Amino acid sequence: MLDPTPNGQPSGESPLLRTIGLTKRYGDFLANDSIDIDIWPKEIHALLGENGAGKSTLVKAIYGLIQPSAGEIRWQGQPIALSGPSQARGRGIGMVFQHFSLFDNLTVAENVALGLDGRESFKDMSARLEQVSKTYGLPLDPRREVWQLSVGERQRIEIVRALMQDPKFLILDEPTAVLTPQEADQLFIVLERLKAEGRAILYISHKLDEVKRLCDTATILRGGKKIQTCNPRLETAASLARMMVGSEIKEVKAAAGRRATVPRLVVNDLSLAPAEAHGVRLEHISFELKGGEILGIAGVAGNGQDELFAALSGERLSNDPGTVVIEGIAAGHLSITQRRKLGAAFVPEERLGHGTAPRMKLSENALLTGHAASGMVHHGFIDTAATLKTVDRATETFDVRKAKRDPEAASLSGGNLQKFIVGREILRNPAVLVVSQPTWGVDAGAAAVIRQALLDLATAGAAVLVTSQDLDELAEIADRIAVMFHGRLSAPLATGEATREKLGLLMGGSSLETKEAAHAVGA
Amino acid sequence: MELLEAIILAVLAASTPLLIAATGELVTERSGVLNLGVEGMMIVGAACGFAGAWLTGSILIGALFGIVAGTLMSLIFALMALGLAVNQVATGLALTILGVGLSGLIGAGFVGERITPAAHLYIPGLTDIPLIGRVLFGEDAFVYSSLTLIVGVWWFLYRTRPGLILRACGDSHVSAHALGYPVLRIRTFAVMFGGACAGLAGAYLPLAYTPFFIPGMTAGRGWIALALVVFSSWRPGRLVVGAYLFGAVTILQLHAQGWGVGIPSQFMSALPYLATVIVLVLLSRARTGGSTAPAALGTVFVPDR
Repeated sequence: MLDPTPNGQPSGESPLLRTIGLTKRYGDFLANDSIDIDIWPKEIHALLGENGAGKSTLVKAIYGLIQPSAGEIRWQGQPIALSGPSQARGRGIGMVFQHFSLFDNLTVAENVALGLDGRESFKDMSARLEQVSKTYGLPLDPRREVWQLSVGERQRIEIVRALMQDPKFLILDEPTAVLTPQEADQLFIVLERLKAEGRAILYISHKLDEVKRLCDTATILRGGKKIQTCNPRLETAASLARMMVGSEIKEVKAAAGRRATVPRLVVNDLSLAPAEAHGVRLEHISFELKGGEILGIAGVAGNGQDELFAALSGERLSNDPGTVVIEGIAAGHLSITQRRKLGAAFVPEERLGHGTAPRMKLSENALLTGHAASGMVHHGFIDTAATLKTVDRATETFDVRKAKRDPEAASLSGGNLQKFIVGREILRNPAVLVVSQPTWGVDAGAAAVIRQALLDLATAGAAVLVTSQDLDELAEIADRIAVMFHGRLSAPLATGEATREKLGLLMGGSSLETKEAAHAVGA
Repeated sequence: MELLEAIILAVLAASTPLLIAATGELVTERSGVLNLGVEGMMIVGAACGFAGAWLTGSILIGALFGIVAGTLMSLIFALMALGLAVNQVATGLALTILGVGLSGLIGAGFVGERITPAAHLYIPGLTDIPLIGRVLFGEDAFVYSSLTLIVGVWWFLYRTRPGLILRACGDSHVSAHALGYPVLRIRTFAVMFGGACAGLAGAYLPLAYTPFFIPGMTAGRGWIALALVVFSSWRPGRLVVGAYLFGAVTILQLHAQGWGVGIPSQFMSALPYLATVIVLVLLSRARTGGSTAPAALGTVFVPDR
């Protein structure tokens, strides 16, 4: 079927897929600048690069979603032109998208059917769906609607859908970004199996340790250009990161002598019914966060983190004022502005639309969170000079790169906008900072700046609560880590004790005590 | 008995244009496009339908004129809202204003003219059955087509692959595009179908309901059709129930005035809308998740190339 080709360069054989000088131009901007890449059968090939390096553009061109401006794609030695994904699928190229291409209000079977060419009847397709999902150990109920499923299950639909086309070549765009470590391990087993079946896999990821563990080859992109193709097992995470970023990444350093002081944010038995149909009910959440301390909240997205953020920020109010105590004052019933006046600051997960108003200027966005307590408003009038000064200070302190002094928020790149938002709040010298996914989708350089800023803020005596799905990030900056699952928060673990395995169990809903108890009984 | 039969016949006649127009809009909205121009497309369909029938003497050609006129109107909408990605609400409202003016212009020469209305089915024996005979076997072609149409749409949406793709576009145009479906083309067809139905529904009024044309004769039926689609929560089955319910309220309101019931007629006219609001509230309370409306409804889509 597929001719097995050893890794390396066998003479006289052509790769499964080859791009030659592939270029994609948007106006003056070169998203892909003459990229050559070879994919061989039985290979897991990593595609590494920061945001904006051109990874997505490259795979979209390979999958036929966009047309290259120049260059060539060869499939099994023959030049091909793909006018759409269905042609790519017809040749045996499958893709699992980072942002799932699923339909929430359709059933699993309907979603799978939409990804196929529709030559078989719906009934035959459903039967085959069941068979494929069983063969690869990816259980799915074809009749359920997607909105009822967890993120991991949704990804399973995407993978099963791609596998049902029996692809020779499968592209996965950051598949583990939304998975628990255990779910990721299960995925790796499936990928190894696909590789053993002779298929090729192109694996896009930020996570270097994963790449080192899983991938046979790695191609690194930076600024639209190919930097190098190498064997990731022979590289260190640091050397790969250097190739991605182009310079050394500053190590984040915690200052010595950071000490927990007085409790600044206390949550007492907070329970809250969900505001939306899809929401999670918060159940009996309690924790105490002292000044000088960083508490990390881990967990798979959609387990109540958004609801907790809303309850802490005052977007949702609690009937019992005592459930949220900021700086010793019961604040559960207070509005966002009142909480800001108590010294709290909030950085939500979504940068555009929640953290900032996308079409408003940075100075206006600074005013939107700073109007209560930062001297930008006098007698009801906006002090434009003060708002601009805030922008300048944030720009300078946090190295925000932008085209002009006061651009629209939407015109900044994700990393720069996030630096601005975090900077805007930190410059207000908050006593309590609640921040959600501070470095999600942010390039490594900006992520380091943001993490350092959070550490420095804690060193200065503030209490910092960080919600993140990135366990490495939490391990790097948090003093203690708690896990959210189904609206409940586990007891925090000291970061030193919070191994990936323990956190993974908590993220999957197991409790450590029962697990250990089971061990004890077994022994 | 006679009165009951008369009322049922009147309800069917009043409901048919609502059902036809709402069926078209349901398909349009299921593809993710909100076309508020139903009233405008209907009224142009009414003027052109009457013109076609008056000029040729054929009801069928009149109906075809109405369908073509409604489709052409919807193409204006498609060009603006899909091709140029203009705000759909604004475009739809503008289309209605345009349609009202245009129909006055087209229909100006026909005001006061009369045609022979569409013939009713007559099967000796069956049609003569008391009460149900004329209701089931004595309608005009429009009534039978409207029912065929909604059954066809149900079958299309839930039993065919193109129907599944159309629903998928309405749920997430980003996903549909990523899977390689031509979202804008599919939506254009859906909008055209909506226009054709609105045109036919408009043409029904001067061709069958009243055998003459007067300006503004749709009298807000396009808006009721829009409300109906929401009322039905985008389901063909409920749409039929809703259309006859709305038609019934309209007719009962007339009779209520005749009988001297002490309820203001304005209140009765408002009932269908009130019912829509109540149904929406009940639906959103009953459902625990997912969305009743097509999730991408009314959102602009510009594919990246």
